[in-house]
Amino acid sequence: MTGPDANEGTGSTRRRTGPADRTADLRDDDADLLESLLSGDHRALARVITRIEEREPGYRGLVSALYDHTGGADVIGVTGAPGAGKSTLVDKLAAAYRDRGDTVGVVAVDPSSPYSGGAVLGDRIRMASNVGDMDVFFRSMSARGQLGGLSMATADAVKALDAFGKDVVLIETVGAGQNEVDVVRTADTVAVLVQPGSGDDVQTLKAGILEIGDVFVVNKADVDGAERALAELEEMVHRREGSTATPGAAGHHGPHGGGGAPNVAADSDAPNVAADSDAPDAAADSDASNDAEWTPEVLGTVAETGEGVAELIDAFDAHATHLRESGDLARTRRRRYAEEIRTLVRADVGTLATEAIDRRGGIQTLADRVRRKEADPYGVAAEIVDPIAACLEDRDDPNGDRERADE
Amino acid sequence: MSVEGTGRTVRCLVAKVGLDGHDRGAHVIARAFRDAGFEVVYSGLHRAPEEIVQAAVQEDVDVLGISILSGAHNTLVPKVIDGLKEYGAFEDTLILVGGIIPEDDVTELKALGVAEVFGPGTPMSETIEFVRNNAPERE
Repeated sequence: MTGPDANEGTGSTRRRTGPADRTADLRDDDADLLESLLSGDHRALARVITRIEEREPGYRGLVSALYDHTGGADVIGVTGAPGAGKSTLVDKLAAAYRDRGDTVGVVAVDPSSPYSGGAVLGDRIRMASNVGDMDVFFRSMSARGQLGGLSMATADAVKALDAFGKDVVLIETVGAGQNEVDVVRTADTVAVLVQPGSGDDVQTLKAGILEIGDVFVVNKADVDGAERALAELEEMVHRREGSTATPGAAGHHGPHGGGGAPNVAADSDAPNVAADSDAPDAAADSDASNDAEWTPEVLGTVAETGEGVAELIDAFDAHATHLRESGDLARTRRRRYAEEIRTLVRADVGTLATEAIDRRGGIQTLADRVRRKEADPYGVAAEIVDPIAACLEDRDDPNGDRERADE
Repeated sequence: MSVEGTGRTVRCLVAKVGLDGHDRGAHVIARAFRDAGFEVVYSGLHRAPEEIVQAAVQEDVDVLGISILSGAHNTLVPKVIDGLKEYGAFEDTLILVGGIIPEDDVTELKALGVAEVFGPGTPMSETIEFVRNNAPERE
């Protein structure tokens, strides 16, 4: 038995039992499960999410089949430091959406113990406004130590909720690190929560979260320091947007006047077209439709009492409208799908490599060869990867005849 | 290392039902389960039976541990079980009850479908072992 591999999740040992199951075909029993989900069976939805979380054999077929039924939900990510009030706010948001007749899905992500793989998922404790209301589907997920797998699993769970017919899906996660940032980036609209009275939160923002916020929320806006936090955020937002930005009354401002906005292309994801905003029309799929940049809104809320929640929902709606009208939605989705494809391909190729290592006696055996000076890490790596590369050269011809490639 | 072959993470809901503010036991259990490698969803205090059902169904848990120290188990537990049945979740959920339950009631709860009742002083390892051995298998 080999030791644990750094590239594998600690929570599941299934992957090790045999060649990975990469098929994207829908199995018969999964077709039934999907049918039940689409017909509104809560239990089926819960089961599908479990299968996604567990990466159970056949789950890929299930997720592939879900894709046809997605696209209807507004997906909103809520992130912020521990104790900022995310869970309470999500609870109040869910209640407010329910009041206007929308159905709601919530995916709450909590960290898991790196030691035991176990987790206590406590976000549910705050779900007090939607007692027994099954039209709020709340699901807790844990990180389970998978590299890059969490954002993938979250995105897939969101697809299940979307396909189920939820109007709004909220993703809640602690904004603590890259993993969480990746998770929240699977949303169309991202709200970053800040609590007043601590400069630390602003420090957190500097560490990369500022770039991902579409709406900034100073929660607990009734305590001392809230005004200051709001002012600081306003300032940061406008610095981020460049000096031409006007405080966003309606949430977005007019076209940038050609050049003269040095910071416009500062975001790494923004296509480098800042200089010409005179694209003929803002075609939904065009990179050149960058003419109406979103200025993040800064709002105060008191999640405990529900104060400011209606305004927050207005801000989310305004951002959703902006995404649709500016063509940013296409851009956001394209970026997200690109990341998903990349994550999947990397994970699968990693699994192939792990299998190749196992066929050569496992990683310990290989490491011992290096230790005994019979080999070096580079040589061993080449030994493993060369056959894979050779196979690719032989068979991987994206433009060639598929039949031949499948032989 | 897991021996049951599935390697699936055991998901548990630790639930406090009704007007009962004693949550020390629930906290201790939640942490012990976490340390045993389970994923634990904690309900929080003063939950209505419908909320427990909602949580158990949506979270798709394998194990539902209900902690009751108020003496209202004969009213609350049947409500939870009926709710689970309504959503087709009763069959493959392992239902445990923890708390101070009189001997006669234990028999009754087990007849309703509670798998085991753990009273005060039960060693943590015993509860964890019970969950490991009895968590429902899924195909």
